[in-house]
Amino acid sequence: MSEAALMNGFIEYMQRTRLYYRAQGFDNDYVWAHFDETPFHRLTKSLADCRVTVVTTAVTHSEIPKPIRKAESILFTDAPDRFETSELAWDKVTTHTDDRQSYFPLEVLRQLVNERKISSLAPHYFFVPTQYSHRATITEDAPSISAACLEDEVDIALLVPL
Amino acid sequence: MDIVTRCGVPRYLHNDLPLGNPLGPPGDRDSQRLSVERALKLAAEVNVPHVEISDLTWPGDGNWKSAYARIDDENKAALLKMGEENRQKKAEDKDNGLFR
Repeated sequence: MSEAALMNGFIEYMQRTRLYYRAQGFDNDYVWAHFDETPFHRLTKSLADCRVTVVTTAVTHSEIPKPIRKAESILFTDAPDRFETSELAWDKVTTHTDDRQSYFPLEVLRQLVNERKISSLAPHYFFVPTQYSHRATITEDAPSISAACLEDEVDIALLVPL
Repeated sequence: MDIVTRCGVPRYLHNDLPLGNPLGPPGDRDSQRLSVERALKLAAEVNVPHVEISDLTWPGDGNWKSAYARIDDENKAALLKMGEENRQKKAEDKDNGLFR
């Protein structure tokens, strides 16, 4: 599928973001990170045997200043009723984040465990900070989440960014 | 959609909804559950990197698409001011050792 066909009807966030930052007086356009070859690992179990977790950009510990927030492993039982989302670039004109279930699927995953559609919920979910630095994300945050997932014996991590 | 496909991820379920509610509109439990089930199905069933575009839609007209990050004569000055404040805050953070 060509990029134009792929974007038919969808917001072109990259171009809109470039224009938005230029309008704020920033001289250099942001360059998005990308893989030359997309990593892929086949699932070798059935869903009913899988342990699932969530990776979110919603902030649990807002007392940590934004510029130095790092990836965190947090117990699902400590998930806040309301995450801090005000510093993230979601569509504040059109919608709101008052309904946690619209971006953090804890209740649905619990239902799926009860219905035996997945085996279990991992003990932790993971916070990943929205970072301009490729280095911080690629060499620090992502490896720490990956290691924590292995420790929790996670089979599937759902990345649900705002 | 464009950012994630540029990045390249193993499996991607695209819900064409405003940023902020990736799983479904606020209060729409059916859509939210469907999104999670579709994502899990993707994880279980695809054998190569794959993008799936869901049929979920945002209620109402499609005006939200033009509202996001809009730049017009009314907000031009405010955006410039926001940028200046942002740059100043970044410089202060750096001076205070608040950077990674």
